[in-house]
Amino acid sequence: MNDRTRVRLTVNGHAEQVEVEPRAILADVLRDNLGLTGTHLACEHGVCGACTVLIDGEAARSCLVFAVQAEGASITTVEGIAPDGGLSPVQEAMRDCHGLQCGFCTPGIVVSMTAYLNTHPNPSDADLKEAMSGNLCRCTGYQGILAAARQAADRMNASS
Amino acid sequence: MSSPVAARFVGSAVHRKEDRRLLTGHGQYVADASAPRMVHAAFLRSEHAKARLNSVNIEAALSAPGVVAVYLWSDFHEKFGEAWHAMLGQELVVPPPLAIMDVRYVGDPIALVIAESRALAEDACGLIEVDYEAEQATVDYATAAADGNVVHAAWGLPSNVMVDMPFTPMSPDLDETFNSVQHVVETTIIQNRYLCVPMETRGVLASWVPGLEELDLIVSTQSVHETRNFFARYLGLDEGAVRVSARDVGGGFGQKMFVFREECAVVLATKLLGRPVKWIEDRLENLTSAGHSRNELGKVRMAISADGIIEAITVDHVADVGAYTPCPAVMDPTLLPGPYRIPRLGFSTQMVWTNTMGKAAYRGPWMFETTAREMAIDIAARQIGMDPAELRRRNLLSLAELPFTSPGGKVFQEITPLETLEQALGMLGYEEFRKEQAEAREQGRWLGVGICVYVEPTSMEQATLGTEGATIRIDSNGKVVAYLSTSSHGQSVETTMAQIIADDLGVAYDDVTVVQGDTQSTPYGPGTGGSRTAVIAGGAAHDAAVAVRDKVLAIAAHMMEAAPEDLQIAEGVIAVRGTPDRSLTMKEVATQAYTNAHTLPGDVGSGLEATIRFKPTRFPTWSNATHVCVVEIDPDTFIPRILRYIVSEDCGKMINPQVVEGQIFGGVVQGLGGVLYEDFRYDPDGNPQTTTFLDYLLPTTGETPLIEIGHIESVSTTNPGGFKGMGEGGAIGAHAAVANAVGDALAHLGVNVTSTPLGPEDIFQLVQASQKERA
Repeated sequence: MNDRTRVRLTVNGHAEQVEVEPRAILADVLRDNLGLTGTHLACEHGVCGACTVLIDGEAARSCLVFAVQAEGASITTVEGIAPDGGLSPVQEAMRDCHGLQCGFCTPGIVVSMTAYLNTHPNPSDADLKEAMSGNLCRCTGYQGILAAARQAADRMNASS
Repeated sequence: MSSPVAARFVGSAVHRKEDRRLLTGHGQYVADASAPRMVHAAFLRSEHAKARLNSVNIEAALSAPGVVAVYLWSDFHEKFGEAWHAMLGQELVVPPPLAIMDVRYVGDPIALVIAESRALAEDACGLIEVDYEAEQATVDYATAAADGNVVHAAWGLPSNVMVDMPFTPMSPDLDETFNSVQHVVETTIIQNRYLCVPMETRGVLASWVPGLEELDLIVSTQSVHETRNFFARYLGLDEGAVRVSARDVGGGFGQKMFVFREECAVVLATKLLGRPVKWIEDRLENLTSAGHSRNELGKVRMAISADGIIEAITVDHVADVGAYTPCPAVMDPTLLPGPYRIPRLGFSTQMVWTNTMGKAAYRGPWMFETTAREMAIDIAARQIGMDPAELRRRNLLSLAELPFTSPGGKVFQEITPLETLEQALGMLGYEEFRKEQAEAREQGRWLGVGICVYVEPTSMEQATLGTEGATIRIDSNGKVVAYLSTSSHGQSVETTMAQIIADDLGVAYDDVTVVQGDTQSTPYGPGTGGSRTAVIAGGAAHDAAVAVRDKVLAIAAHMMEAAPEDLQIAEGVIAVRGTPDRSLTMKEVATQAYTNAHTLPGDVGSGLEATIRFKPTRFPTWSNATHVCVVEIDPDTFIPRILRYIVSEDCGKMINPQVVEGQIFGGVVQGLGGVLYEDFRYDPDGNPQTTTFLDYLLPTTGETPLIEIGHIESVSTTNPGGFKGMGEGGAIGAHAAVANAVGDALAHLGVNVTSTPLGPEDIFQLVQASQKERA
């Protein structure tokens, strides 16, 4: 159980190497081994979406991925969404539209919305509802989140 | 004298101060904290709702890899002192940190394992052997009072009744009224068990430092000061030797208002070990063991005259408080008449223990009065053949006729019940909807509209709740730091309080930093909850800012050789009115105050700091709203879908409209979730059935409607800003509005909706039963 395995990852553009138990989930390794505590764990059974990260550009629940499965992968966490220290269009839209209150689900929302809009440049409101339905939020009633998705989609479209 | 400053930020939707760190993954929640030599905790919890503990064998767990300690009740016995909260009183004692001889609900903590990692602690929990002797559990609260299986038999208690208040008529002619009116309506309203479910579970990092003899707690709490004082008493320490902090908290909704037994156990563990101990609850624990809510029923009777005037209302109320209640917050029956002109009232209340998770506060903990009344009004309207909007219209109070004293002794002022009803009905187009509904029924579509009108007692005075404190300081660079007694778990307190302070001091919003959630730097406060921050903490922030402003003006007046009353402050610049070239920056005044204080005359004073405690001019500060919901139920699948959701609310002057609306949105979705999707269930033996997010269903974007909000601003006179509390209202109003909409959609089938939840299966059963009855 305690035998450790070496895993090499690229996280937010940095090459990382960690020694982890085979059973260690990616979320715990990001948080505990790499100190990237922006990725949050709210259910640890794959429903709430708070722990969503990008694995090779695709949104994934880091509570359902063993770190060893991510060997060689490129991971983007919420800390890496806007690497210059500013806010990405999605983060700006979330701020403008009051898409967050307590902030605990927010990293997963930001990452999920970013992943979706990166690959769906022209979504309808119904598309956005569907796209964000895998992330639970208990504070906002989703009104600000959906408004933010709309704003971010429109602005990303206008600037592309 | 005219004000030396002009308001610029209150009333506008400025960017939140909280957002940058939370959006970029730099929030600081308890799970993100660590300490040198830190170890991790996991609880072994009961698998039985009621059982004797014949033996607990921890030998295998103790020798498991990475295990540092395994604690049972015997390790903690006599290691702690008093265990009560100032807000709840000394009688309500937090239960022992671990089970003693028996367990009383599934989830009752039996052992605490400390190990080098959370995973290793959990592994070791699996190695503990418990010999249970199971007993018959009491699960159904409706019958618990008469149940011979007594939850707390081990304490020698004779029955499951915790509180029994017999029927109390608040009006002498109650019986006479019921005997003489045209219509008597009687119905039993049942509200299901649903929960706070903050996205962040509970958690604590407790560090006892031997030698230093100090306790440091980072904890997911709504109230750092109550927690600090609790643990000072618990360990027999001076309050100064306990520091409690919570920078970011991932939602509370009432659950995190008080100290739980698990946190007590972790604190005792760090004290015994002399090492920091961290416990982060998992979701299974949070759903089963962190407090449950609602789960109340009431037999409501209404006496109604021939022309639809409600002459009296009574309730016989029963509430489930579970096995151990962290906060037995149940319906306030004196609020039953709500914002209506109902002259007569009577009620009885019973609170009963069951072998289930105990009652915790949840957003509007007294709200069953609204659910019971508003659902009963719809039943009554149908029975007497009057439209439910019309029945409400004839009985609701309006601003012009206030103050009004209710038969429950509530004095209503500055509320707009009828006004919000009319606004909300107008937003819907109520008359047109009724036509559309009739046409839809012709086509076999089931549409319904539900209304809920309520009044909310915000900023109440009980025990510690009546005041808040603020210390405001202008630093040596002329920037403002405000130390507030509040905590924040989503309410945007850093933002809204900075808006108030910036206006009062005439400085930029960006130049105000708000510090809260740390007992070492902030004034005492009861915590953020009960819809009281805008009113009470806002009052403290205002008064302290004005006091500091007076000091700024006094020093600036001395420096410019002007009279203080001739000065004004704008954008952080203090100038003589009409002579803008005679001015000083806030930094210049601060430099004078900090580094040349000795040159100031005695009557000017040198400090740029003030500490104020604020108390509203009266309690509570009432706010109110009307919710209107439209649902469509699929006649084939019985799936209900919300087509429109409208709120007309009056929270007085809004500090930040976006924050106000965000609070309403969140509350509404919690309320509609509790009716349509969320339902915590036990089987008849007390085994939890909804222990993951696949069984306990939170609403998602897929189910959530667009919510439309109308505002009416009747300014409150309880506080200088004219604000009213409004954090809980969304959750209070949504339950009955949604249930009534479902009831209205099914009314033509002869269905009376009197209980929740109302998922497809529940609606199917209601329709089946009604068809059987009619056949």
